[in-house]
Amino acid sequence: PHAGPVESKNEAAMSELVPEPRQKPVVPMKPMGINANLLGYIGIDTIIEQMRKKTMKTGFDFNIMVVGQSGLGKSTLVNTLFKSQVSRKSSGWNREEKIPKTVEIKAIGHVIEEGGVKMKLTVIDTPGFGDQINNENCWEPIEKYINEQYEKFLKEEVNIARKKRIPDTRVHCCLYFISPTGHSLRPLDLEFMKHLSKVVNIIPVIAKADTMTMEEKTEFKQRVRKELEVNGIEFYPQKEFDEDLEDKTENDKIRQESMPFAVVGSDKEYQVNGKRVLGRKTPWGIIEVENLTHCEFALLRDFVIRTHLQDLKEVTHNIHYETYRAKRLNDNGGLPPMTVETEENHESNL
Amino acid sequence: QQPAQFTNPETPGYVGFANLPNQVHRKSVKKGFEFTLMVVGESGLGKSTFINNLFLTDLYPERIILGAAEKIERTVQIEASTVEIEERGVKLRLTVVDTPGYGDAINCRDCFKTIISYIDEQFERYLRDESGLNRRHIIDNRVHCCFYFISSFGHGLKPLDIEFMKAIHNKVNIVPVIAKGDVLTVKERGRLKKRILDEIEEHGIKIYHLPDAESDEDEDFKEQTGLLKASIPFCVVGSSRLIEAKGKKVRGRLYPWGVVEVENPEHNDFLKLRTMLITHMQDLQEVTQDLHYENFRSERLKRGDRKIEDEEVNKDQILLEKEAELRRMQEMIARMQAQMQMQSEEGDSTAVHGHYV
Repeated sequence: PHAGPVESKNEAAMSELVPEPRQKPVVPMKPMGINANLLGYIGIDTIIEQMRKKTMKTGFDFNIMVVGQSGLGKSTLVNTLFKSQVSRKSSGWNREEKIPKTVEIKAIGHVIEEGGVKMKLTVIDTPGFGDQINNENCWEPIEKYINEQYEKFLKEEVNIARKKRIPDTRVHCCLYFISPTGHSLRPLDLEFMKHLSKVVNIIPVIAKADTMTMEEKTEFKQRVRKELEVNGIEFYPQKEFDEDLEDKTENDKIRQESMPFAVVGSDKEYQVNGKRVLGRKTPWGIIEVENLTHCEFALLRDFVIRTHLQDLKEVTHNIHYETYRAKRLNDNGGLPPMTVETEENHESNL
Repeated sequence: QQPAQFTNPETPGYVGFANLPNQVHRKSVKKGFEFTLMVVGESGLGKSTFINNLFLTDLYPERIILGAAEKIERTVQIEASTVEIEERGVKLRLTVVDTPGYGDAINCRDCFKTIISYIDEQFERYLRDESGLNRRHIIDNRVHCCFYFISSFGHGLKPLDIEFMKAIHNKVNIVPVIAKGDVLTVKERGRLKKRILDEIEEHGIKIYHLPDAESDEDEDFKEQTGLLKASIPFCVVGSSRLIEAKGKKVRGRLYPWGVVEVENPEHNDFLKLRTMLITHMQDLQEVTQDLHYENFRSERLKRGDRKIEDEEVNKDQILLEKEAELRRMQEMIARMQAQMQMQSEEGDSTAVHGHYV
């Protein structure tokens, strides 16, 4: 059910008004230190275990999009993130492939399992972005795709007889690859992120970071952060969605110090000090992907997968999707859209 | 009596003009050399660092790096800086032409115009000077060589690279250079070089070809030339720092996993590229003069005083002019025939050896 603000508006007003876009989901207020004087153990805390079991049984969807110029290591990075061959380039990729003349959207789905948990991972690649001589509006096909997924979800949601678990193809996370020039962002980077940060969670990453020394990396990151700030680009985790002080502190540190993550990807293993590590072997040394003194891949991985995966999905559903939905309802005259079951006649007032 | 001072008893019959190259050499050394090198490539590929390394000088002392928002409005600029370098008495007047803004814009369709205009302007100026009255001090600002920087991040050439090189390969010697070579493993480097060469051939791009070593050169030189040819496109790394490595100070980049040395041939082709440039400066100038300039000159003289833009607008006018000229020639021929008729009728045999024109 859609959550509205609790405190200010009265009930009648709430049901008439179309909710304002971009409102935060309400967090139930924490109980103010009431001691329930429990005379024995009830078992309320087992809900966590029940939820965990459910999640394990049903598994979950995660859709990640990668955007950036050709050759920045997008496919390799995604493979490294999920330690499997999940990118477009692993499924029958011909290395001699030409750069497409327009931006294409290619979604590849895989089911990966770990510790009994099944994840249906979809990697959405955008070959052709930023590669042409004229790259004007090359973000439009991408924005269109993202909105189409919201539309698909919306249509399913407003169905009279809708599926128990709506298939979620919405883009939960968009990794934007910045070229490591060492100077500043490129005009195209700014344009893309300006347009898309309003519809999807953007996580900027600095690609092929093994081309920068530690100093250059620090300087470049500072510059990029400043440029993003000056241009009003809110990347994930967005400041306005920090739910509480704990979130804010944790996310502030990430936003102001770690991001954008300077990463290196690799699907090859080498022997270093007796261990097998993922890395890149050059005549002057081996770059270890998961070594924090070499690059920040491990930080990105922990961030996207180990700590913020669920939050990425929640922000997509509660914020971006709701914004889209509200706009659609508004365009529709404030009425909830109705659809007839059949696919042939699109008889909805959408 | 023998004119002792003019003959050498050891080599009778030796005239001495074999000494001419030395005289030329001495004169050239006194006069000094001029060379113009153009550098093209998108921002952040390490062009400036590389140029500084190449000539061991700082050509960009007061450099300001623009942010993305500023770059959105900027067009391609041409910035030429000249330095006089002297080494062992040989003076080189080197001009480096930089092209900031190239490849930065979201729409790069007009990237080339400024650069091509610049190259043509230098040819035009030289043509005018050469056709002028006082030809003693012609300054040669023609672009003798263009280093085109290709990003090592891609999988080969980008559409912009291909289009640009096709637009200038008949005007200037192109030397493709892979920048930021330290991001590539040995295998990736080999693959990228091959891919680039394949694409250059596929699109019919004419890059500068090192001439084969002459058969009378020594083996070392022949080997060196062969090695240079096999390394194209050169893959380079640049650095503005001196790092301590293996007990000595080297120009390099210090990473947590090791040091990349600029002047280590196993790490990158910087030394090869520098050698190529230095040993082929003369040839680059010659090819510019004999091929690119001559191309320009013949095109230009054919066009006459008309500029290309006017040509399209004044096609009708040109047609009219041509028709008028044709008519004039026909009238002239008619007059000549009439005159010849008259001469033969008058029966003057001597007049047959006419100087009629």
